[in-house]
Formats: sequence, structure tokens, C-alpha cells
Amino acid sequence: MNNYPAIVVIAPLLGAFFAGITAWVDDRFTYPIALTALGIALAAAVNDLFLVLSSGPIQYTMAGWMPPMGIEYRIDGLNAMVLVLITGIAFLNLVASFKNVAQETPDRTGAFYVMYLLFVVGLLGVVSTGDLFNLYVLIEITSLTSYTMIALGDKDRGPLSSLNYVFIGVIGASFYLLGVGYIYIITGSLNMGDVAGMIPAMSSSSSLLVAFILCILGVWIKMALFPLHVWLPNAYAYSPVGFARVVAPLMTKVMVYVMVRLMVTVFGLDYIFNTLNLAQGVVWLGTFAVLAGGIMALSQNNLKKMLTYIIVCEIGYMVGGAWLGNTLGMTGAILHIVNDALMTFALFLAVGNMVYKLGRVDLNDLSGLFGKMPWTMAGFVLAAFSIVGVPPTCGFFSKWYLILGAFEAGAYHFAAALLISSLICAVLFFKVFEICFFEPMAEDHGHDVAEDDSGHGHGKDAVAMEEAPVSSLATLGIVSIALIVVGLYSGTIVDKVILPFLK
Amino acid sequence: MTDFLPLIVAKYNYWLYIILMMIGLYAMIVKNNLIKKLVGMNIFQTAIILFYVSIGYKRGATIPIIQGDHSGHGAEAIIKAADYINPLPHVLMLTAIVVSVATFGVAMALCVRIYQRYNTLEEDELRMRLSEKKI
Repeated sequence: MNNYPAIVVIAPLLGAFFAGITAWVDDRFTYPIALTALGIALAAAVNDLFLVLSSGPIQYTMAGWMPPMGIEYRIDGLNAMVLVLITGIAFLNLVASFKNVAQETPDRTGAFYVMYLLFVVGLLGVVSTGDLFNLYVLIEITSLTSYTMIALGDKDRGPLSSLNYVFIGVIGASFYLLGVGYIYIITGSLNMGDVAGMIPAMSSSSSLLVAFILCILGVWIKMALFPLHVWLPNAYAYSPVGFARVVAPLMTKVMVYVMVRLMVTVFGLDYIFNTLNLAQGVVWLGTFAVLAGGIMALSQNNLKKMLTYIIVCEIGYMVGGAWLGNTLGMTGAILHIVNDALMTFALFLAVGNMVYKLGRVDLNDLSGLFGKMPWTMAGFVLAAFSIVGVPPTCGFFSKWYLILGAFEAGAYHFAAALLISSLICAVLFFKVFEICFFEPMAEDHGHDVAEDDSGHGHGKDAVAMEEAPVSSLATLGIVSIALIVVGLYSGTIVDKVILPFLK
Repeated sequence: MTDFLPLIVAKYNYWLYIILMMIGLYAMIVKNNLIKKLVGMNIFQTAIILFYVSIGYKRGATIPIIQGDHSGHGAEAIIKAADYINPLPHVLMLTAIVVSVATFGVAMALCVRIYQRYNTLEEDELRMRLSEKKI
């Protein structure tokens, strides 16, 4: 038996332990330890993915106890893909945000990296585990670390928005726990595979219905589906940049993964779509989420806040797609987990670079940014195109699957919402581009640098190029290229990973 | 009505947890003071713990330690599952209690930070201060 599934989770956990100890001696030691731990986790996750693709799902039993009694990690194609995504993004972000952390929380860098590692441990555990109660505990580990990290951010708003997140996060997790309790009452088991085997026989049970509704409701609160999204914008916008750009792509997406896992593996698509008659309503909910997220994003004046509302919009895509009730829709939703994580990561990387140089990212602070930070803006434009859904980037392909699925299910309102929200995103981002490209710098549009090689524009004044650190730029470059590469290979992902999982 | 009362009496543990949960939820939504909200949150979590503990309980059963004679090993005794309460939900709740205590601690620390910054824990006043500042 190979131990890669355990190493993925344990490496950052031990890393957090050692980083916490060495932080007592000197804060500088924590960064290399964190980097090593996440590097090991990334390597193990990649290894997992190749193993799963070549020889099928891995069942890893903790300490050799067999499943109904013991706790198992079950890695199949979807898990393995999301694990690579999480470790990859966490690792790249750690590389990128060394300078941001030193700038924003100079007195707490040690604590920052320890909490960062524990956050990643929670996410990885949520994805790998095959046990319903463990899922709850790991969700809470993830949430607890994110509460503390958000409180580290903005001095005025950070603690307050974090406390609001605590209240709503606790309600969500408690609903999930309650649902697990009902599942335990009727099946007497907490193992996902075990429960899945027993559910078809009791599909008329009302306890099962209550369990299903409570679990899904809890997960929806955690992933900020539209009417339950109120905590998200403040929490993500006021957290420190180094954390915002790992929590924004990963937290909500992992919760979408949990929803897909509960739907496909635990309750079974047959139960959800044939026995219950909820799917139509949920697709409507997704439609409203997509539209509401887009419209609320339009009214924002702060770039970070705007992007957080776009996350709300994207959650609507994934929930609606997963509940369309056909393979195309589910494929689109799962593909969008990967794509949206990458797109949001790229956007927040770019925003992090802007924050590093500008401090504030209100829209009117951004004027002339194309001249000042051309590389950052190039990455931002690419990520924005991906969110809008311009073909060679990955955002296009998942939207394509979602729209095809919507047509197949006859959910024309959902397809319309997808198209409208793409237009809204286009409007949003072109508003940003216009400010960044055409409007001159606010105060110091210096003539002193007009002899520069870019200084022959008449409308806009030349400005000195002032870019973010190389590590952040290189990461942004890698992720931007990944956006296109994942887009080009999305057919392979669907064939190799998603379709075998849905079968 | 004649059917309803026995239903409540027979499943009184479930009704109790629902009532407790609603009290907690009410406090979280309505109360103005952040500490009172926290207390509501704790009641909410405790209600769920109570629910789990009650589903493991059996009338007339004992703790899950095998009763053998003192001379030999306990394993020789005849084990009937009906004689013992189900330990699994209780064990799970040990973990859940740890989680809820941790959440409560973090939330309290956040309240301290908010109090240090704004000198108040009343929510309407906090909201007023924030809208004044116009961040």
C-alpha cells in the first residue's frame, strides 16, 4: 500500500507543527518550512493523480482499520484533481506572497504561515476523507483558521467581518452536523461508501429527506450561495492579501466539491433527481445567484469587493449546473471548480500586486495602471477574459458545457442567466480596463519620464514602470499560462477524470 | 390533538433540541450585543450535541464497558448489544465539543479586538461608527 494519500495531508500538518515551534525561536524559519511542507504535499498529490488515472481509485485505511469501523481516505479521479489544484494554488501563493505578508503583517509572519498551513490541511482533509463526520471536523478546522486569518487583515473592519463570518459559518457547519446525525440514525454508519450502499433501499424515508436538506443547506451556507452569501464579500475583501488569494479561490470551490461529493457519492443522483422533486427550484436559485452576484458586483467601487461578488456569481454557475440533472451540466460544474479556482486565483494575484504597490484598490485609484504595472495588468486582462468566457481560456469551456446542459435539461432561464452574467462581467472588466488604460494618473503624471520608450502617447502621460516583486509576477505568469493550457486540455480532463467519476 | 400529545412525549428529546436550537438562533439574529450573540451561538451548538447524545442512549442500558467476572477476561462474558448504550455518537460529540469550544474561543478573541478598537460591543453602535468613517 502506498502512503501518498496520507502524506498529502500530513506533510502540511507536520509543517505547521514545526513552523509553530520554530516561530518561538525566530519568525524567519517558518517560511522555508511552510514552503517545504507544501512542496512535499504538492508532489504527493501529483503522484496520487497519476496513480488514480493509471490504476483506479485508492482506498487508504488509516492505521489499517477497515472502513466501517476505521476512517478511510478514498481518492478517486475528482479528489485527486482537486487535491492537485489545492496544493498547487497554496504552494504558488506561498511563493508569491512572501513580500505581501512581510508588508502587511510584519509582526505576525510566523503566526500567518502556521495558520496558512493549517488552513490548507483542513481543505486537503475535506477533499480526501471518506467519512462524513471527519468532513465536519475538517470543515471546522478550515473555518477556524480562516476566521483568525481574516481578523489579521484590515484593522478597522477585519475583526468585525470575521465575527460575522463566525456566526454564519457556525450555523452552516451545525446544519451539516445535524444532517449527518440523521444519516447516522437511519443507516448506523458514517462511511460514505457504506451509507451510499444503504440509501437506495430507504429512499422513501422522511429522515433521509431531512438529512439531505440539512446537509445541503449547511454546505450552501458555507459556499455562499446567493441568499446565504452575506458574509463572504466583507470577509474576503478585508482579509490580508496573502490569505485572500488562497481563500477566495479555494474555500468556496472546495465546498462546491463537497456538495458534488454528497450528491454523486453519498445520496446518489438517482435519489436526488428521481425521488425528490427539488432540482427545478435549485436551478432557479442558481439562476438568481448568477444574476444577483453580477448585479451586485456592478455596484461596487472597490476592486476587491467587486471580485468577491463575482465569486458569488460563479457559485451560482456551479450549483445550477450540478442540479441540472444531466451529465453535461454536472461535467460543466466540476470543470468549473478547477477553472474558477484558477481564474479567481489569477485575478486575486493581480489584485495582490496592485495592493502591494498602491495600498488601496478603489476603482479611481487604478488610473494609468497599464503604464505603471504592465505585467500585472496583462495577467489581470487574461484572467478577466477567462471569467467573461473568451474562447482559448478555460472559462469558456466550462460555460459551454453548462449552457449545453441547460439546453438539454430545458432550463432556458439558466442558459439566459449564464449569457447575461457573461455580459455583465464583460461590462465590469471593461470598466476597469478603461480606467486603467485611458485615464491619466491622478497626481504625478510626470513629464520628467516622457523620454521613456513608452512615452510617445498623446492621450496618456508616460509613467515610470513600478512593478510588484518578481516572485509574484512569475506566479501570475505561470497561472495565466495555466489558464490557457487548462482550457486547451479541458477535453482531456473531461474524458480522463470527470466522465469516469460520473459513471 | 389526542395523537399529538403522545407524539411529543414519546420523542421529547427531539422537541427539546429543536426548542434549544431555535432559542440559540433567535439570540443570534435578534440580540444587539455581540456577547449575547455568542451565547446564542453556543446554545445552538449545544443543542446539536444534546441531539447526538440522546440518539446514542438506550433505556435501561449501561456504559459500554464489558461486564465480566473479576477473575478472568471480560471477553468471555456474553455480550448483548441491547445492554449497552451506543458509544459512537458520544465519542463523536467529544470532538464536536472541542470544535465548539475552539470556535467560541476564537469568537471571544475577536470580540476583545473589536472592543479594543471601538470601545463598544453593541452592534447598532458599531454599525453607526463604521458608516461615519466611510471606509
